[in-house]
Amino acid sequence: LAGRQREGEDRVPVSETRSPQAGRKFGFRPKLRASAELKAAVALIAPAAVALACVTVYPTLYTIWLSFRNTDFAGQQNSFTGLQNFVRVFSDGAFWNAWVQTGYFTVVSTFFETLIGLGMALILHETFRGRGFVRAAMLIPWAIPTVVTSRMFGWMFDGQNGIVNYVLESLGLISKYVNWTGSQAHAMQTIIVADVWKTAPFMALILLAGLQTIPEDVSEAGRVDGAGPFRIFWSIRLPLLMPTLLVAGLLRALDAFRIFDLVWVLTGGGPANSTETLSTLTFKTSFSALEFGYGSSIVVAMFVTEILIAAAFGIFILRAMERTEQ
Amino acid sequence: MIRRAIPSTTLSFHRLRVARGVGMWLGIIVIVAWSIAPFVWQVVTSFTPSNDLVQRTPQLIPSPATLAHYQNVFIERPFSQFVQNSIIVAGATTVTCLVLGSFAAYALARFRLRGKMLTLWTFLALSMFPQIAIVMPLYIVLRAAGLLNTYQGLVIPYVSFALPLTVWLLFGFFRTIPVDLDDAAKIDGANRLQILWHVTLPLAAPGLFTTAILVFIFAWNEFLFALSFMTTTDYQTIPVGIANFPVLYFVPWGDVAAASVVVTIPLVILVLLFQRRIISGLTAGGVKD
Repeated sequence: LAGRQREGEDRVPVSETRSPQAGRKFGFRPKLRASAELKAAVALIAPAAVALACVTVYPTLYTIWLSFRNTDFAGQQNSFTGLQNFVRVFSDGAFWNAWVQTGYFTVVSTFFETLIGLGMALILHETFRGRGFVRAAMLIPWAIPTVVTSRMFGWMFDGQNGIVNYVLESLGLISKYVNWTGSQAHAMQTIIVADVWKTAPFMALILLAGLQTIPEDVSEAGRVDGAGPFRIFWSIRLPLLMPTLLVAGLLRALDAFRIFDLVWVLTGGGPANSTETLSTLTFKTSFSALEFGYGSSIVVAMFVTEILIAAAFGIFILRAMERTEQ
Repeated sequence: MIRRAIPSTTLSFHRLRVARGVGMWLGIIVIVAWSIAPFVWQVVTSFTPSNDLVQRTPQLIPSPATLAHYQNVFIERPFSQFVQNSIIVAGATTVTCLVLGSFAAYALARFRLRGKMLTLWTFLALSMFPQIAIVMPLYIVLRAAGLLNTYQGLVIPYVSFALPLTVWLLFGFFRTIPVDLDDAAKIDGANRLQILWHVTLPLAAPGLFTTAILVFIFAWNEFLFALSFMTTTDYQTIPVGIANFPVLYFVPWGDVAAASVVVTIPLVILVLLFQRRIISGLTAGGVKD
């Protein structure tokens, strides 16, 4: 009987959670059944896989192919040029300007979003009445379309009638109105403020979910041993939260590096290219100058940078995970 | 001595607790203000007459309030067209992804397959690809197929980011449904598709709903593809409409605010009604475990 049972289990390809007794009932015509199951699985997965191959994999390969060509719809040229585009990328001041600005934006916004998000998450981790409402409110910045966020901040930070200038002047923090989005010194800062506003609460919700997976008895044990709230946070919760924190930070940094909507609507990359990012530069190169080939090379360079960011975070994440396992 | 010592420590302990409580509520007030104040200001602006918007001192409560900005947006500008386009595109994207995604997620959750986690992770990795990296080839292909300025021309590219999300979320939801129910249906002679349709999908209805809300919001808010592929106002979605607001000599902030409120109100309602589901869906991908 034991033999038959094992045999029956082998014959029926079903998910891991099923009991061996259940498997026995289907122990007929093993080979046919297995291949039928496989065919069914392939048939079910194929539509989604083909769809993604068409809209993601193929276009990505197409972009790489384009990056080696001088495809230019305005100049009517379209031929293979080898590494010429990449030579141009490396010596292009506009590219490096955008690269530095995108990097600056990514580092500063990710840092503040993670820090503020962590603070919010710790407050939300306490139990209090109306928590559901607070969590719903925190979803609003995430749910608002980024284009609308840009317009909202464009209005609040308006140089003449914006409420931010009014409030800061009333408080005596500035002596005359600042042209936030129209001056090279302040435009990037304004974009960062808008992005931090939009993303910090979202980060908080992700980190809160991470905090809730940390067993409460660990903190309790620390409390019994006489550790204060700060000590419990620093020595117990933070190290245990570190993997979540790093994964969330990585996803955020990769996303921040692609910033397009906010910049496009708030400043359009200006004034004087002081807020130009890699995405807006690519978009302008491709859809205004119609240089699809060169635009693709910028994207490939951007992609390489993203892989480097992911690798750097990856090392930290592995280290943090090793530490928590000890 | 001992008697006096005990109440004094309880008192300081009590004070500490009160201080902590006050600090917590202050923090909560800051969080709520942070989250809703900019949008509230946008709502106030949308009801303030244009003349009052350019005063040196901003009005916190518009008096008299006006509906002129809403009128401008819907009557003088093609905004009802944008709203209609957004509903069609986001709705069609949601339906397409739920159909394709539930087949794939069901197979991945229920069949014993080699490399199924690899397939799942590949799907997830594909969703991480930056949109800007595929916008140019998609433009070339859509143009060749004559799909620029059509609804399909937007729904098809949206599959690229919405479908991986759908598969990932539905996979998680399907896994929580006991497999015994599948077996029971199998004994009754149901085939895989029948099981999916009559057993798994009805039981996963809350999960399907959560996924639908998230996909709808992502499609509703998408900007880059819509900006690149839809060049006429007949097919543009609301984000493009708001971004392309005609700005000749000054920005019509009142009209912009009214348009922003119109796009955002449905999202705010969704968020207030379904925050628990939305957060569970969002954190499913972002948190280890």
